[in-house]
Amino acid sequence: MKPAAFEYVRPRSLDEALAVLAERGDTAKVLAGGQSLVPLMNLRLSRPGVIVDLNPLTDLAYIRAEDGGLAIGALTRQRAIEKSALVRDRAPLLAEATPLIGHMPIRSRGTIGGSLAHADPAAEYPAVAVALDATFTIARAGGERKVAAGDFFRMYLTTDLAGNEILTRIDLPALPPRSGVAFLELTRRHGDFAIAGAAVVVTLDAAGAISGARIAMCGVGPTPIRARRAEGVLAGHRPARSVLVVADGAAATESDPPDDLHGSAEYRREMSGVFTRRALVCALETLGVKV
Amino acid sequence: MKRREISLTVNGIVYTGDAEPRLLLADFIRQECGLTGTHLGCEHGVCGACTILVGGEPVRSCLMFAVQADGAEITTVEGLADPDGELHPLQESFREHHGLQCGFCTPGMLLTAVALLRDHPRPSEREIREGIAGSLCRCTGYESIVRAIAAAAERLAG
Repeated sequence: MKPAAFEYVRPRSLDEALAVLAERGDTAKVLAGGQSLVPLMNLRLSRPGVIVDLNPLTDLAYIRAEDGGLAIGALTRQRAIEKSALVRDRAPLLAEATPLIGHMPIRSRGTIGGSLAHADPAAEYPAVAVALDATFTIARAGGERKVAAGDFFRMYLTTDLAGNEILTRIDLPALPPRSGVAFLELTRRHGDFAIAGAAVVVTLDAAGAISGARIAMCGVGPTPIRARRAEGVLAGHRPARSVLVVADGAAATESDPPDDLHGSAEYRREMSGVFTRRALVCALETLGVKV
Repeated sequence: MKRREISLTVNGIVYTGDAEPRLLLADFIRQECGLTGTHLGCEHGVCGACTILVGGEPVRSCLMFAVQADGAEITTVEGLADPDGELHPLQESFREHHGLQCGFCTPGMLLTAVALLRDHPRPSEREIREGIAGSLCRCTGYESIVRAIAAAAERLAG
C-alpha cells in the first residue's frame, strides 16, 4: 500500500458527490481517471483525507453534438475522445491532441475533466480548451456556473475550482467557417509532457486573408498561455512566411518558461515561437494554403 | 480506515475480499487473488508492467484502487492461455520471436498487445510501436517484441 490512508466515498449521484464536497471540501479530493492524482498519492505528494470517486457517475461521460459544436461530459475518457468520429468532425484540434496524451493505457482511464482540473500547464487539453474558447460548467451543491477556459487556469496546477465544486461539462463552440487547426508539441519521447507546444486555430476571410487566429501555448508558463500579440500580428494579413516569422517572434516573447531538466528558459521560449509557427503552417495547410 | 467488501471477476473467477481504500488494485490481485503474474515496477503509472484489462480496456492496475474495481471484469496474464495450457497466440509468438528475456515487462506488454490487436487487427509497425510505447522493457529489446506482436497479428488475422 503506497498512499496514505483515506476515506473512500462512492457517490451514486452528482448531488451526493457535491453534498460530500460541501461538507468535506477542505480535505476531500475528487477522483476521476486517477492518472495524475493516484501517482501523486502513491508518492505521498498528495494525501487527501477523503476521496470522492466520480467513476460511478457514468452519466457524466458523453460526447454530444450541440449548436454546431460539441458538449463533452467531464468524465469522458480520453480514449473515447480519440475514437470518436464526432470529435474528429467537430473538434479536429481535440482529436489531434488526444493521441499525444500519455499512452494508450493511460488514455483508457484518463478523462478530459480530470486533465483540465489537474491543470498541468504542460498538458495538451488545457491549451486545446483555451485555443477553442471552451466553456466549462462547474457544479456545486445547489447550483452551477460557467467559466471560460481562458479564465479557468490560475497557476501551475491551480484553477478557478473551489473545494466544493466539480467540473461537469466542457462546451466547445463550432469553429468559424474556413478555419484550420493544428496541435504540435516538442517532447523528448512520445507521451511525455510538452517542453513547448502550441494549439492553434486560424481563420481565413473570403479573400484569403487571416481574419483571426487563436493560439494557446503549453509547457512554457504557469498556465496555458494565449499568445495574443502573435494573434494580433496575423490578423488582417495574407498568409505569408514573413508574417509567420513575426508571429513566431511575438509568441516567444509571450511565453514565460522556467529553466528545468528538459531545457533552459531561453531554449523553451524560442521553441514556443518555433512550434507556434509550425502549427500555423500546418493549420493553413489544412485549408489548402501552402506557406 | 474502514475496509470495504469487494467482489471482482478475474479471468472468469469471482474473488471476494475486503480492502482498505488505499489498497491498489495491483496489490489486491497479487496478494488477495494470489495472481502474481501482474508485476509492479514503478508503482506510479510510468513503466506499464502492471497493465491489465479492466472491462476489456488496458489500464494501469497501480493507478486504480481495489475498491474501484468492485464488480469489474478483469483479465490478467494468467487468463490469456487456454485452461488446457495452450498458449495465447501472442504468448506463442513472444516465445517464438524472443519477445521476452527476464519476463518482467511481459505481462503488461501482452495485455497491452491484446487490446492493440483488438482495435487494430492489422497494425503497421508504427502502430505497434505507439501501442506499446507505455510499456518499458529494460532487457529484451523492443525489436523482438515488435516482431512478436506483428507475427501474432498475422496469425490472428489469418
